[in-house]
Amino acid sequence: MQFTSISFLAFAGLLLLIYYIVPKKLQWVILLIASYIFYLSAGLEYLFFIVFTTITTYIASRIIDSRLAKQKLYLAEHKEELSREEKKEYKDKIKKKNQIALVVYLVLNFGVLAVCKGLLIVPFNQMATNTVLGFLSLGLPLGISFYMFQSVGYVVDIHRGVVRAEKNFFKVTLFVSFFPQLVQGPISKFSQLAPQLFSEHSFDGKKLSYGLQRILWGFFKKLVIADRIAAAVGALKAPEYEGMGFLLLATFYAVQIYADFTGGIDVAIGLGEAFGIQMTENFVRPFFSKNIAEYWRRWHISLGEWMKDYIFYPLSVSQPMRKLSKFTYKNMGNLGKRIPVYIASIITWFATGIWHGFSPNFIVWGMLNCFFIVLSEELMPLYAKFHARFGLKDKKIYGLFEMARMFTLMNLIRISDLFPNVSLYFSKLLSLVTNPDISVLWDGRLLNLGLTGLDYGIIGFGILVMLTVSIIGEKKGSVRDLLSQKPAVLRYALIIALLIITLLVGSYGIGYNASNFIYNQF
Amino acid sequence: MKKKNVMGICTAVCICLLILWLLQALLMPKYMSESQEGALIAEYYDEAGGNDVIFIGDCEVYENFSPITLYEEYGITSYIRGSAQQLIWQSYYLMEETFKYETPKVMVFNVLSMKYDTPESTGNLKHREAYNRMNLDGMRWSMSKWNSISASLTEEEKEWGGNWSYIFPILRYHDRWSQLSSEDFKYIFKRDEVSDNGYLMQVNVKPVTSEHVEKPIADYQFSENCWEYLDAMKELCEKHSTKLVLIKAPSLSPVWWDQWDAQIEEYAKKNGLLYINFLDYQQEIGIDWNTDTYDTGLHLNVYGAEKLSSYFGKILKDEYDLEDHRNNEDMSSQWTKKVNSYNERKKLLEDIRDNKN
Repeated sequence: MQFTSISFLAFAGLLLLIYYIVPKKLQWVILLIASYIFYLSAGLEYLFFIVFTTITTYIASRIIDSRLAKQKLYLAEHKEELSREEKKEYKDKIKKKNQIALVVYLVLNFGVLAVCKGLLIVPFNQMATNTVLGFLSLGLPLGISFYMFQSVGYVVDIHRGVVRAEKNFFKVTLFVSFFPQLVQGPISKFSQLAPQLFSEHSFDGKKLSYGLQRILWGFFKKLVIADRIAAAVGALKAPEYEGMGFLLLATFYAVQIYADFTGGIDVAIGLGEAFGIQMTENFVRPFFSKNIAEYWRRWHISLGEWMKDYIFYPLSVSQPMRKLSKFTYKNMGNLGKRIPVYIASIITWFATGIWHGFSPNFIVWGMLNCFFIVLSEELMPLYAKFHARFGLKDKKIYGLFEMARMFTLMNLIRISDLFPNVSLYFSKLLSLVTNPDISVLWDGRLLNLGLTGLDYGIIGFGILVMLTVSIIGEKKGSVRDLLSQKPAVLRYALIIALLIITLLVGSYGIGYNASNFIYNQF
Repeated sequence: MKKKNVMGICTAVCICLLILWLLQALLMPKYMSESQEGALIAEYYDEAGGNDVIFIGDCEVYENFSPITLYEEYGITSYIRGSAQQLIWQSYYLMEETFKYETPKVMVFNVLSMKYDTPESTGNLKHREAYNRMNLDGMRWSMSKWNSISASLTEEEKEWGGNWSYIFPILRYHDRWSQLSSEDFKYIFKRDEVSDNGYLMQVNVKPVTSEHVEKPIADYQFSENCWEYLDAMKELCEKHSTKLVLIKAPSLSPVWWDQWDAQIEEYAKKNGLLYINFLDYQQEIGIDWNTDTYDTGLHLNVYGAEKLSSYFGKILKDEYDLEDHRNNEDMSSQWTKKVNSYNERKKLLEDIRDNKN
């Protein structure tokens, strides 16, 4: 059941009705049932994977939490009798046991993820094709990267003593499988999401209205922009498009993935809001970033936070890293102090690349991001001097230049997504210099990409609307809050106009290639 | 929530629904000048009732039989519920729906669609969806329509919206805004009649120049699914004491294989039904393939259709003792208008044809 399908809309509408009719204490049960109906609609064969993660998450969380609780109780009861060393020894014993449980849990789950992401599915499908096993051919289980990371975050947080384990197995099941965020995130923290999932929600017209507005906005971005420009992105991948053609591909893909991914997140968060559940934001107008670090604080925020909290920080403060830090500082001075941080960055970005897929291009993508982050860190003093010398920092035009520079750089890195053949990607990059082929802009080839002049007009209009909303959001805050202060006639007119435009101009239905959200595949 | 807010939301929703309804009416194809067969199903409701004979089936009924000739020559009142490439389940549900409007004495079903087991088996899926639309969009809402939609959806339609896009056709036709013509505005709320009691008149002549040859097929056995629908039609007619007549129109293509003919023959015999394969009576009917077809033998033109109707009318009259409505004052005044309209249309089309030539 795709977010953009009519069945999903009917499903969500019916669910909302039931959700606010049933006794409030049953609301979370309704969400759980709905989540499993949603999940099963993708295919019965994937049930095993989510159930596996749920059960292992529940068991690991309960084991770790009960040991921590036991430890707390034991230490409180024997506060006077035990020496500091004895207390430490006891704590270390518990910690070790919990670490073993955590490692087993992580190995099991990341093992399943690794198997699903490429170690098993491709060979299995190749083997099964044209045999009696053909019907068993698998795809990547729906949302596995998202629900698994969310579950792992939960268990690690328990291990760190940040949250207590939920005792009710079915509540854990809901936390893992909450359907609006199941397919493409955001990856939520237990402490943020769970209390909202399990609490009682009274009907709130404003929340419902905000939620529906956000869903509509998500549909607009997905159907009017992302799915329409998809044809050109597919066509521009062809070998003959080099230089400017490649730059156009990178730009079109940026528009597509932004509209697609943020559109999907808008639907997810909007749906959550309609249920009275506020999910974490995943995007804050990333294309307005002026440097790469800022970009990654604005793009796919929940994944970035996850990587930072569960890979980068633990690595940075781990014992080997601290030792390395001391060593490099002693031998290399200030630069040496930063080296362990950069190593942690490399590992984190490697993991981020792998998260997107077991494919060399995703690793290259991760490493390129890391390279430019490190480079900009190292060049920061130089930049500061440059800005101060020419007084650039406060100039609007320079700010726009920085945004354009960042937009282009990130586009050229991101486009590696589409080239599993890494050498082809680099040769395309090189063609920007060796074969600029600027004539693609006017020689009519742009009209052979599966888009007519009208299509380009619609996409241009869509981008303009998206840009206007982003600028308002950046300068004045929540567009929905602003809209709610406007006269009702204007408010409703704008919403109706958006609905009608989406309905009429959206790329959906017979004759269009129904396309999944891009991030469903991760 | 304040009362004022509720009122505001309700007003906005009503306005939104009204706009959507208007847009839907505008965007739906009108089938007035092109693909007129798409308008046939909806036309029936204006003429429903008082028909002694109802024809059900694909283009082989709406192109080959003329209800006006049946009336003019025998006083038989009839209507054709035909549509392009109508599949057997669509025929069944149309029949079921027809019985809600009237109970004819005779139901005539053209058996060509027995060859199609599934929507996909018709071959051209792009056209199949268009044919589904022509068959189903025009039906008024009822369980018959719902069931017919469910039975007819192609895999692509199921993937995208399924029944929903028939309930809200704007979801299917949403992108027609770029193809709108003055016709769409002119016929937004009304339609002209394109047929004469379901008969879609063709006056052009395109003779048969060569024999229609098709490759033999691997399996001539009609599918269980089709037999079940044929059984259901038979039972439906029995329930309403209506005589079911099976026919195969005298179209030269697609080929009606002897093996298929034998199966229908046997079925009719077993169930006491009349089955007429008009391909066997071309001489008696008087069809001249040089003058009586507009598309080299696939369908008859009006001259062929009149001959075939004249021939079939006698059989209907003899077999089922149908009333001659020409003697009925109310009926005859109503049908005289239809005859006049038919003759006017025929003359108009002939003039257009002759001017073109």
